[in-house]
Amino acid sequence: MDLDALTGCLASSACLVTQTTSGFIIGMLLFLVAVGLTLIFGVLKVVNFSHGAFYMFGAYFAMTAYQLSGSFALAMLCGAAGTAILGLIFERVFMSRVYGADVLMQLLVCYAFVLIFDDVVRMIWGPEFKSMGMPAAFQVAPLFIAGGVVPPYYLLLIGVALAAAMILGLGLARTRIGKVIRAAAHNPGMVSALGINTGLIYGGVFALGGMLAGLAGALAAPVRSLTPGMGFSVLIESFIVTVIGGMGSILGALIGAILIGMIRSFGSLGFPLFTEGLMYLFMVIVLVSRPTGLFGKEVA
Amino acid sequence: MTRTRKPGMSRRATLAMMGAGAATFAMPWVARAQAKTIKIGMPTILSGRVAQLGTSSRNAVMLEIEKVNAAGGLAGRTIEMVIRDSKGQPQEAARVARELVNTDGCEILIDAEASSGAFAVHEVARDLGVLCLHTNSETSALTADPKQHIPNAFRTARQGVHDSIVGGSYAAAIAKAKGLKKWATCSPDYAYGRDTTGEYVTYLKRFAPDIEIISESWPKLFQPDYTEVVTKILQAKPQALYSCLWGGDLTSYIDQANIYALFSQMEVFAVNMADYTALTVVKNLPKGIHSGNRYIKTYPATPENAAWGDAYKAKYNEYPTNWSWENATAIMLLAEASKKANSADGKKIAEALRGLKIKSPFGADGTVTMRAEDQTLVGYAIGWGTTIPQEPYVPQVQAGDWKTIFELEAEWKKSKGYT
Repeated sequence: MDLDALTGCLASSACLVTQTTSGFIIGMLLFLVAVGLTLIFGVLKVVNFSHGAFYMFGAYFAMTAYQLSGSFALAMLCGAAGTAILGLIFERVFMSRVYGADVLMQLLVCYAFVLIFDDVVRMIWGPEFKSMGMPAAFQVAPLFIAGGVVPPYYLLLIGVALAAAMILGLGLARTRIGKVIRAAAHNPGMVSALGINTGLIYGGVFALGGMLAGLAGALAAPVRSLTPGMGFSVLIESFIVTVIGGMGSILGALIGAILIGMIRSFGSLGFPLFTEGLMYLFMVIVLVSRPTGLFGKEVA
Repeated sequence: MTRTRKPGMSRRATLAMMGAGAATFAMPWVARAQAKTIKIGMPTILSGRVAQLGTSSRNAVMLEIEKVNAAGGLAGRTIEMVIRDSKGQPQEAARVARELVNTDGCEILIDAEASSGAFAVHEVARDLGVLCLHTNSETSALTADPKQHIPNAFRTARQGVHDSIVGGSYAAAIAKAKGLKKWATCSPDYAYGRDTTGEYVTYLKRFAPDIEIISESWPKLFQPDYTEVVTKILQAKPQALYSCLWGGDLTSYIDQANIYALFSQMEVFAVNMADYTALTVVKNLPKGIHSGNRYIKTYPATPENAAWGDAYKAKYNEYPTNWSWENATAIMLLAEASKKANSADGKKIAEALRGLKIKSPFGADGTVTMRAEDQTLVGYAIGWGTTIPQEPYVPQVQAGDWKTIFELEAEWKKSKGYT
């Protein structure tokens, strides 16, 4: 425990800026993965344990596209679109067959695919870790804001994630398709009786969730090493975010992700040997005080 | 009318059998070689984030075994490798090692595990009494601690304390010249990371006593995000940073630290940087990182080392790793010991291995020695230098002096109660 370092940081504007930005970066990547997870659970009522694999595929798709084209924008697009297509196929061919099945069965199917997807990545890209490298446009000196260090790439990352959160939130709240999705989450039988193809909605939601995880992977690819199985640790942290925020709540995923990001960022100064533990401790405190998470709703 | 054959063997068959029998008695080694191969078992990590440890170990072993088999194998017995994945889990490494001996009939083990698994395989070797060569574990205690010692286990890998003595003296000279007094460390939170960092700091302070460690970071092994670690180091404002992160962890760390311009704000000493695993993967390698040599074909700068690196590249379309040379050395030593003992028997090979000195592309003076007293490899090329972003990556390596290493290692062993 190093409380002097923590209090010293809280009293310094430079440190506050650096650590807050750091917290946002960690949080925003987690949010993109967790929001897909929470969306799929909210609508399909499936705990998609294979969700981390889409993060992994997004990173590999982006790296390959970047190596072939040299275009960062195309790499991001391929990461997101590729995983959306993969999500749609996965949902239609496999997941749609276990809706309504026992949770244990769903978990087993998803876990089987975690292993299968890892092996697929190993076969295509090899077992060694890879690195995409930072695009030239972002190989620039970091910005100094109030004495704090902020890399321009991370500002882009935070911006993209916040934009995704806004589009998703507004889309679900204000658009017709958003209302249909919410209705399908609440009462799929009624939506189906109204002549709406619920299979299409489920496939679309799964593809959207996959796309968001893929986008997170693509955004992470320039700064993280790529390796088969890389989705697993992100999945665990995303589950923590989802549970803290409340299963099925998009706002909860956003707040939960930012909180976890801040705990990691400031915790590494004050509790360097207990940063991981701090994250789990926070989850326990939230669950004890609010079993449905910060923004979760009671299930009737 | 048809001819009926009398029962019994034909004259031709009888002659052929007599001929074969005569040849067998005349050349007994031919009969044994044809009748029996010798199986060598190898538990290693072939899946997960450090699969490269296993694949590059396996590649090097197979490259050397081809040569040994072409020259007649171990005392006339062709070597057959049985390689199994331990998935990086110590309990699995121990189970696989036991199965390789008891079920697959392996007579020798090449333990190509990381440190955690190596200690588990070591206990299997202790229990079964099988000849075992540890090839990848660099944790000093594995062979330095007398409690670990067994007559049938040897190590052909670097040793953390050797690296730290050379690295500490190299860094202290730079620290004195540039006035680098405030240091930070950032190493993985497991046995290798903690031990190696501790040993490095010990020798750094020994050679430059006014150095102060103002910040320590211990990210967990295989951590995906180092942002909080990078910013923590930036907050501490050290003048120099030491790290023994390796492989994918090191490349992730460099990619993430790069965009914070960390490398322009302090002098960085990363012992595991100068290995092709990291050098060729990092896209924007910062100039001027100080590193210990791992495997680079330009150090030692000899035709033998360059030829070995090129032969590996030609066969596997990638450069060898630090694990590759360590595993190749195990096979080279086995072959020479078997020749010396004129036997493929594990006990006789072990006897021959103690104190054995062989020619090696990886030797500081063209040779390496299996030191008899603790059955660990010495005399390998060891040095430190600074990186550049393209070949030869570390253009000038300052060689460590083995005389100094031996002296300080003896002191270190004494201080640890190992002698």
